[in-house]
Amino acid sequence: MLFLNHIWIIPLLPAFGAAIMFFFGRRLQKSTVSAVCVGTIVLAFIMACGAVWQYSAWSSTPENYHKPFQTILYTWLGTDTGHLTYTTHDGTPAPFQADAGFLLDPLSSIWLFFVTGVGMLIHIYSIGYMAHEGGYYRFFGYLNLFMFSMLTLILANNYVLLFVGWEGVGLCYYLLIGFYFHRKSASDAAAKAFIVNRIGDAGFILGMFFIAWYFGSLRFTEVTHLARSGNFAIGDPIITAATLLLFVGACGKSAQIPLYVWLPDAMEGPTPVSALIHAATMVTAGVYMIARSNALFVLAPKSMLVVAIVGALTAIFAASIGLVQNDIKRVLAYSTVSQLGYMFMALGVGAFAAGVFHVFTHAFFKALLFLGAGSVIHAMSGEQDMRNMGDLGHRIPTTHSTMLIATLAIAGIFPFAGFFSKDAILWETWSREAGAYRWLWGIGYATALMTAFYMFRLMYLTFHGRPRMSHEVEHHIHESPKSMTWPLVILAIGALGAGWLGWPHSLGGSDRFTKFLEPVFAPEARVLQQEGRTEQLVQGVEEEKNNGSEWLLMGLSLGAAGLGWGMAWRSYRHADKGYTEPIAAAAPLVYDVLLHKYYVDEGYDYVFTGRRKLGQVRLGVLGLGEASAWFDTNVVDGAVNAAGWITRLTATISSWWDKWIIDGIGVNGPAILARMLSYPARLFEWGLVQWYALVMTAGLVGFVFYYVYH
Amino acid sequence: MESMLHITTLHYLVLGAALFLLGVIGVLTRRNVVIVLMSIELILNAVNLNLVAFSHYWQAAPAKLGGGPGSMHGQIFSIFVITDAAAEAAVGLGILIAFFRNKETINIDEVNLLKW
Repeated sequence: MLFLNHIWIIPLLPAFGAAIMFFFGRRLQKSTVSAVCVGTIVLAFIMACGAVWQYSAWSSTPENYHKPFQTILYTWLGTDTGHLTYTTHDGTPAPFQADAGFLLDPLSSIWLFFVTGVGMLIHIYSIGYMAHEGGYYRFFGYLNLFMFSMLTLILANNYVLLFVGWEGVGLCYYLLIGFYFHRKSASDAAAKAFIVNRIGDAGFILGMFFIAWYFGSLRFTEVTHLARSGNFAIGDPIITAATLLLFVGACGKSAQIPLYVWLPDAMEGPTPVSALIHAATMVTAGVYMIARSNALFVLAPKSMLVVAIVGALTAIFAASIGLVQNDIKRVLAYSTVSQLGYMFMALGVGAFAAGVFHVFTHAFFKALLFLGAGSVIHAMSGEQDMRNMGDLGHRIPTTHSTMLIATLAIAGIFPFAGFFSKDAILWETWSREAGAYRWLWGIGYATALMTAFYMFRLMYLTFHGRPRMSHEVEHHIHESPKSMTWPLVILAIGALGAGWLGWPHSLGGSDRFTKFLEPVFAPEARVLQQEGRTEQLVQGVEEEKNNGSEWLLMGLSLGAAGLGWGMAWRSYRHADKGYTEPIAAAAPLVYDVLLHKYYVDEGYDYVFTGRRKLGQVRLGVLGLGEASAWFDTNVVDGAVNAAGWITRLTATISSWWDKWIIDGIGVNGPAILARMLSYPARLFEWGLVQWYALVMTAGLVGFVFYYVYH
Repeated sequence: MESMLHITTLHYLVLGAALFLLGVIGVLTRRNVVIVLMSIELILNAVNLNLVAFSHYWQAAPAKLGGGPGSMHGQIFSIFVITDAAAEAAVGLGILIAFFRNKETINIDEVNLLKW
């Protein structure tokens, strides 16, 4: 059990690499940096494979059957003796405890495998891609820090440690998107990403508080156990609120409406960053968190409906924008948002395994697409606009063929990976009872058509048609170095074969992927079935009747993919300089709206940030600032000024009173009185000695007369 | 020949009173400070006369009350008064000289610094 017991080393390896970069990175050579940072990830991947292998061995023993493996390193928050207690909703005291603990079960095994695997390939790719860039050690340090945070997120055994990883990845993509910080657009994009994410995080924290308050614990195993125990009613309002708040957090991280706006701007970062963060790992954190909380979501059907609807709308919304974008990375960014919408739609209808399956396959082909785009940009000496590309296919063959495989995968062409996962989602959505789900299937179907169209548009514009670039660029076109092409090849193998793990039963396979995830999702599937919200059981009942409909749906999806491919082939195959966009020709107004991304960013500027004024009024945060400033200047300072004015008025009155009344009557009055009285009195004071003597004598005579005659 | 006027104590007292009165009028009305001082001496001497007259008068009084043929109370008292008058004259002249040094005059009407 070597790997399994020391599973905490897996996140610490890249943390170690990041620390080395932090302290010594400046002085190291590029080769040392590569060796350290890529080496840690390779080691982490090896350990991850070992851990997953040992886990599957461990969990197939009878006493540990289908149990998750937990190991707690130390108690981080709270104490073992429970000194940090709080009262839960029914008044019972519960100890608040969040430990640095690690959980390995089928769900986190899948994530662990592809995060370390795809991460390792992207690190190797970055050696070649960033070879000529400055800040080499900084880049790899941030990448390693990101891997540490992501692995902490995946392996956490409680919500709090997951949130630590959550915030860590948030920090890391601020650092990585703003890697070229001397470009204002890059630093703006980084700030936008972080701030929009924070909005989601607020929801996440509130959801966590609800869970802690309601269940008395934050550990996944305990919460899941309590939720499955049957003590909570379906549709419990507290659980609905908590799950909705958790979904808000997931929206921020995984770029759903309305918090997706950061992801297209995040293409300002270097392409390996886009591959790692936006394709394979970080944006899937939201999906992971919801899949982890599936026991809670199952108890809140309203939340699941919200998740499904938001996911579906995001999918079609982003796909429609991707139809007309000209920057190669923007197309892929909106494609990511759209595919994430698919994943959430799957989670929302209760097809957790299908959603996770799509995450798994998406990691391969999306990372491949991004890395391939990076290779194209590298070959084009930094050009990213597809209008200036063309006819690259035979010049950079490895990139072309690997990207073709990825495009086939994402479009959902049999037998590439995307076909199986996307079809699983669409099938699960269709086979739910209520009519609302049929609408969702329709949205997903339309999105699949759009996906095929814009992906093949990308392929044709970039690799086929006539060359539209300038001559200097054309001379420099070269295939990327081996360090960049080998990861592409390996990912292409993944994009081809990853889907075979989930070969559906209807086509004769055993769907080992879903079976692997059974311990995590099976009880929830039973609950969903009991509530009559699904017609399908986990396995083994009435499969023959459903097979026919499943084949029909598969055929329809293949038809949609083919139709999209054909439309792109027709419009862009011979794209020459100044080619026309078919949508622009057919409906210029629609084209304009799509090109400007439905003016959502501008709308946010009007309403939420307040960077643009709505006539005379400024709304949003800056509007609040303006309003506060107005309030402060006019009301608060007005009050202060009024107090001052009153003080001065009082002082004036007081001084008048003092001068005329007090001084006049109080002080001067007695003085005048004394002077008036003294006039007669001073007549006695002539200063003449003899007068005094006369008065004395008169007095004496008076005394004598008094004594004699009285 | 038999004298028509018997000189009794009363005559002495009247003389003393007259002298006293002259002295008082001198103090109250004279302008010259030296004359005022002389008038004060006149008052004191009038008092002396009074005392001596009474001392003789009391010789006829019984001894138990302070009288008797040899009583000289009044005369002793008048010695004191004479001494006192002398001292007082000295002090008065000292004041006069100090006053003269300041004001260069001996007109008592000009001692009116306390005039309002």
